[in-house]
Amino acid sequence: MTADHRAMVIPTQQPPEEPASLVDDFTPELIDVGAHQLCPGCGEPVAMRSVLEAVADLDAIQRAIAVFGIGCYTAFSNNLDCEVLQALHGRAPSLATGIKRVKPDTLAFTIQGDGDMVNEGLQEVIHAAARGENITCFMLNNGVFGETGGHLTATTVLGQRTKNTLEGRNAKDHGYPIRLSTLLAQLDGATYVARAAVNSAGNVAKAKRMIKRALEVQLRGEGFSFVEILTMCPTGWFIETQEAPDYLTDNLAAVHAIGVVKDQRA
Amino acid sequence: MTRVLMEGSEAIAEAMVVAGCRFFAGYPMTPFTEVLEHMARKLPAHGGVCMNAESELEAVGMAWGAAATGTPAATGSVGQGLSLMQESLSEITLARIPLVVLNMSRGQSDYYQATRGGGHGDYRHLVLAPMDVPEAVELVQLAFHWSEKWRNPVLVFGDYYLAHVYQSVDVEPIDFGPRPPRSWALDGSSGGSGRAKLLSPLGDVKQRDDVGYDLEDYYRRRAVETAAMVEGEPALVETGFLEGAEVVVVAHGTPGKYVRFAVQAMRADGLPVGFVRPISLVPFPTDEVAAASARARVVAVYENSMGQMIDDVRLAVLGRAPVHFIGGLTMDKSGFGVGPDNDVRVIRSRIEAVLVGEPSGSSGSVQGANA
Amino acid sequence: MTASEVVSRGTLVIDVEACKGCDLCIDACPPNVLVMTTHQVNTRGYRYPELMPGCTGCKACAQVCPDFVFQVYKYDTPLVRMVDDFLDGDGGRDGQEGE
Repeated sequence: MTADHRAMVIPTQQPPEEPASLVDDFTPELIDVGAHQLCPGCGEPVAMRSVLEAVADLDAIQRAIAVFGIGCYTAFSNNLDCEVLQALHGRAPSLATGIKRVKPDTLAFTIQGDGDMVNEGLQEVIHAAARGENITCFMLNNGVFGETGGHLTATTVLGQRTKNTLEGRNAKDHGYPIRLSTLLAQLDGATYVARAAVNSAGNVAKAKRMIKRALEVQLRGEGFSFVEILTMCPTGWFIETQEAPDYLTDNLAAVHAIGVVKDQRA
Repeated sequence: MTRVLMEGSEAIAEAMVVAGCRFFAGYPMTPFTEVLEHMARKLPAHGGVCMNAESELEAVGMAWGAAATGTPAATGSVGQGLSLMQESLSEITLARIPLVVLNMSRGQSDYYQATRGGGHGDYRHLVLAPMDVPEAVELVQLAFHWSEKWRNPVLVFGDYYLAHVYQSVDVEPIDFGPRPPRSWALDGSSGGSGRAKLLSPLGDVKQRDDVGYDLEDYYRRRAVETAAMVEGEPALVETGFLEGAEVVVVAHGTPGKYVRFAVQAMRADGLPVGFVRPISLVPFPTDEVAAASARARVVAVYENSMGQMIDDVRLAVLGRAPVHFIGGLTMDKSGFGVGPDNDVRVIRSRIEAVLVGEPSGSSGSVQGANA
Repeated sequence: MTASEVVSRGTLVIDVEACKGCDLCIDACPPNVLVMTTHQVNTRGYRYPELMPGCTGCKACAQVCPDFVFQVYKYDTPLVRMVDDFLDGDGGRDGQEGE
């Protein structure tokens, strides 16, 4: 690009003067954005936005209760225009269970990271799935504990560098990653289990469809639904923001494969 | 008035139901298990839900979620199970969610856990210690009232005897007057309004993300609310025979009833002894213990532990009189706190030893199985 | 200097202040019409994207943006502009120096 490209820049501060229609305003009404503090290139805001868009599409915002775990995404517990119950690290599924059992008309879903759900809270999500608990759990999986600085979790893939696996995770010292969606799909109570990613426009659109289907499972009372959403974490992966989408494809998605893992919807 | 012969566990469950409890979650553990069994049977008949959780952690989590919707909820266990629940109990308290927690304890060695709180951070629970089944029926209902009044968990500190002794009780609902509105409760309906509710141990006000949580402000406000609760709720206590008492015996829970009986018998024999029986352990009846100790020659503390409540007694007495420990660990081989020292003759002999100036063992030491 | 017609089916409103300069939109844009500024930064010090002619209104940029920077518009009638040929004939930038 030469220095003269500036002559071609289209003004983008205001909507166009020529007749046009808004295709999409991706600033969802349900997030009070004031320029959130998550890292540049983080996939979690994209995942959060997709979940809230799905809730809004299903016209369910006035019965939605989001149960948040603890991680970088916890920042969103503070600024969503959706009722929020804050849980402890790993414990969101049991809280969502309590809500749903006494208020079955609510749309109770959890927002948890991989460290939260697969490390601290593995038994909680497994038991909720086994019970066929009529809730929806969302796991934002970036293969690290992002909030503490980028540390090994139970989903970190072999070879992945983290602050406590600087040479890359190896099976002998650090064991193998857990493919949680694969694990949950084996439980009879799990009706819909899917893996999505937010590293490309196409994947984001696919993610939104999976999220919506999962929430619909709950709205129809068909049992436990789960969507694992692979998100970029360039900070935790020690790479440039532009490299993160490919890193996700080449490393995380190679182990935690994107797609519908189980679909037993009526 | 219909008096029914009921096992303590069942009476407590019935009291919870008449108090309005509509959610209970628990994990089997002796001697708490029967409470869970009774709630599993009773709650559905009243439109409530009882969950047999897969772990104590999940039990307290489920109760947390249910309570967050404004549904009166409870959980419980034994001290060991409550140990597992501590992080959640701290955070539930910080989030100001009402909850009733039962400890059907094995002995009285969970006093520190109950009153200091076994979790992290600066929080307090109100704690009630019934001495028998009829008192438990009242205190359980009071616990629900206090927990909504103060938006704070309340612990009911029971034990094996309370769980398994049969007494004839009349479980009548007590009217505590109107309860505060549950404007904090979640049901989804404020979503999309621009002011969707947040129930969190990190804060109670939604902010834009560039503002974020202010934990310093929130913890300070919580501290003020906690102080208001502990100082604002008058302590519950029973005292007896303090007039001219040279020895004042302090005891709570089931042993409190034994001590009360022993003191009564000794007074009938002309011995100058009296008792103070804390019914609320938080707030502790500091003023009553202090007043009793000011007129006594010596204070004796009887508890089924190595001495935990004795710390609060010493703080209340504040050197006005010597404080002697006449309790100790007493249990059967299974460690459930059903021990030979829970015997009025044993207790009486220990009080008599203090009265004549020869307490068995030095203050604070562990007593043997027999006096 | 020659010029070509470049058709824009869509356009954007870019919230420059929300941007954190992550560059994900640049690679996500199929017609390659987003270019990061080089020296200009927003008040938080981040470079941000600018729009060239040729937008198709596909909203890929908005899909991938973590900071909710974009509003995507589609023109009722596609807009045709004459654009000087600084670039390769395919109408998009390729990051190379102009020829």
